[in-house]
Amino acid sequence: MPSLGADMDEGTLVAWRVGPGDVVRRGDIVAVVQTEKSDIEVEVFEAGTVAELLVDVGTTVAVGTPLARIEGERAAEQPVATKATPARAASPQRSMAGRVLSPLVRRDAAALGVDLASLQPADPSGPLHRSDVAAARRTRPATLRSGAASPYARRLASERGVDLAVLSGSGSGPAGAVLARDLPEVSSVAGSEAPPLDPMRAAIARTMERSNREIPHYYLAHTVDLAASVGWLAGRNAGRPPAGRILLSALELRAVALAARKVGELNGSWVDGRFVAGEGVHLGVIVALRGGGLLAPVIRDADRLDVESTMAALSDVVERARRGALRSSELSGATITVTNLGEDGVEEIYGVIHPPQVAIVGFGGVIDRVVATEGRAQVHPTVRVTLAADHRATDGRIGGRFLSKVGSLLAQPGKL
Amino acid sequence: MKLDYRAALRDGLRHALINEPRAFLMGEDVGAYGGCFAVSLGLLEELGENKVRDTPLSESAFVGAGIGAAMGGLRPIVEIMTVNFSLLALDQIMNNAATLLHMSGGQFAVPLVIRMTTGAGRQLAAQHSHSLEGWYAHIPGLRIVAPATVADARGMLWTALADPDPVLIFEHAALFGITDDLPEELEPVDLDRAAVRRPGTDITIVTYGSGLHRSLEAAEVLPGEGISAEVIDLRTLRPLDSDTYLESVARTHRALVVEEGWRTGGIGAEVAAQIGEEAFWDLDAPVGRLATAEVPIPYAQHLEAAALVQADDVVAAVRAVVG
Amino acid sequence: MTPDEARSMIAEALARIAPGTDLDELDPDESLAEEADLDSMDLLSLLDALHERTGLELAEADAAQLRTLNSAVAYLVAASG
Repeated sequence: MPSLGADMDEGTLVAWRVGPGDVVRRGDIVAVVQTEKSDIEVEVFEAGTVAELLVDVGTTVAVGTPLARIEGERAAEQPVATKATPARAASPQRSMAGRVLSPLVRRDAAALGVDLASLQPADPSGPLHRSDVAAARRTRPATLRSGAASPYARRLASERGVDLAVLSGSGSGPAGAVLARDLPEVSSVAGSEAPPLDPMRAAIARTMERSNREIPHYYLAHTVDLAASVGWLAGRNAGRPPAGRILLSALELRAVALAARKVGELNGSWVDGRFVAGEGVHLGVIVALRGGGLLAPVIRDADRLDVESTMAALSDVVERARRGALRSSELSGATITVTNLGEDGVEEIYGVIHPPQVAIVGFGGVIDRVVATEGRAQVHPTVRVTLAADHRATDGRIGGRFLSKVGSLLAQPGKL
Repeated sequence: MKLDYRAALRDGLRHALINEPRAFLMGEDVGAYGGCFAVSLGLLEELGENKVRDTPLSESAFVGAGIGAAMGGLRPIVEIMTVNFSLLALDQIMNNAATLLHMSGGQFAVPLVIRMTTGAGRQLAAQHSHSLEGWYAHIPGLRIVAPATVADARGMLWTALADPDPVLIFEHAALFGITDDLPEELEPVDLDRAAVRRPGTDITIVTYGSGLHRSLEAAEVLPGEGISAEVIDLRTLRPLDSDTYLESVARTHRALVVEEGWRTGGIGAEVAAQIGEEAFWDLDAPVGRLATAEVPIPYAQHLEAAALVQADDVVAAVRAVVG
Repeated sequence: MTPDEARSMIAEALARIAPGTDLDELDPDESLAEEADLDSMDLLSLLDALHERTGLELAEADAAQLRTLNSAVAYLVAASG
């Protein structure tokens, strides 16, 4: 039923001028409709064959009601009304939940690969606009691979040691992308509240992080009888002023230096996928700083020093490390590192290798233990010596040989 | 002192003409008519023809005359009605004003100031409404500034006049009615720094000109959704003060750029690219961009409004970025 | 040497070896090494400093008598006569 005036709501069909099977052309008169003002002839805007009359003569129907079905050549299946309805344009296609989808929106959605069913219009009560489609395209890139994480989330994860793989796909971003908010405890580091990391702490963190990420460590331990060394030191130091005395640490360093020369597989670096033997034995010595942090100054050519010189070198680097007076060149180039936590009552320490080195030797505290000597149980001062070594460079047997060597050297301090 | 944007422009202009002996204003209808947008209304009567000169309708000629006057030691202030008409003077601006210092081996500076209106929102259609400041911001040798507030409208000219190189001031025609309380004394504006107009913690909105007002309107609404937006007014489009927005993004980890120019190759593209380059590891979401629809600005009111960025668009875009 | 002199001598040496150490905050009857966070190298430096000032031998065998602040003060007073 066409609208034949702005105030027309309904009309009464008074006559059909065509019947089923009649061929009609655009402009033909097909019916007569009575309005409140007059009878008006209704023309058709399509060409085709009248398939069916839908309204009986004498019936009053609302504007927009189909009156007949015409089968055209091109759209034989499409039901077409009389089409004499210029005031009502072809009604937009309705889709899910009665939502209006304009042809433009459908075209854009198809072109951009956006699923219209998943979209909400910006104005919830209004229709979808092409801007909604464009926004969906922007916020949901079709190429986003699952398991993505934002750059900031990646940075935080790295800083906090969080494994992003664990969170992969479970984030709150598009396609499960991990955002900063998805990381555990992110609130405590986000923004400016977090105190800046002390540079030394940060450097240690980076190095240790790299070490445990890259180096497959293996660990060995050995209990060494120190009776001979302790006895030797007592005799050596007796009657000397403090400045001339030697500490057990110097003997331990000396033993490591000689053992490292003997078992060269542990003395060097792992670079570009292979072991490079050190030229000379350069001992990194871990020095804990008052107030936290540590430095690892290097005693160069430690295998060529005697015990006296080793002691002098040790007290020199320790004193200067604590005073902050080391040169940067003295902090690099070690071929193997020694750490000693014995004085803090620690029985044994398994170190973390300082890359690119391949081994770190740990000394625990001097502890009286019962040892069997010549078939008798005796109480001797002992120390637990440990080795953490890079399994890419060596196997356990090499490490075992090394520790045995350290032990036998400490048992014969005269050879040091 | 309550001033609107137009009166602030006039106040800044009057201050410059009085306090800089070498300064004078010229352009179409700036004298007897009082300026196309009435910015110079009354100045000819007050300051005389040596200070305020009407020119023939030839942008190329009077901008060229301004360049010559600047090279000769004066401090000309040239008014062009709108940015669309400035294209008739583009040869003078690009090939002369922007290049002569460089091409003369530093011998000839061009201390010229060109003022023009920019922007849409008043149903003036596609030949009077565009925002082409982004084009000019592409050109080395020019400084491009865009006052978005009443204080900047008054103070930017004085700073621009002190610049030894050409400065283009883009006055937004849709902002002429905004008002603010300013001190009696004119305060010069720092053209080297962007301004944080509203501090926030969750997203950085980088904008200028009319975009500042749409962004501030949006930032008023966003706390209702638990989003605190920081709004940065670029003020100077060339050279960009990237330090300010990069510092902000390092705190908020999200960014949205709002501009009235077209999206493709615009100022927003440049800002977003810089954020991508310099702040990549701080970003928790892709940088968002809002710009005018890529059409000639329509005449019809509803179509013009639809083409321009509105506060609702900013809210929606912020939502999309913050997620 | 009086106990006060002995005490201030120790304080002076520690100020160099372990900056920031405040004797008043240490438990004088606990291990000086633990209280002031001294390792064997620090202790050797402390002995060296006291040796330089007093000329006493401060033999390793006597180390036990220097274990705490109080015992060290008593030892220094007694040894210096």
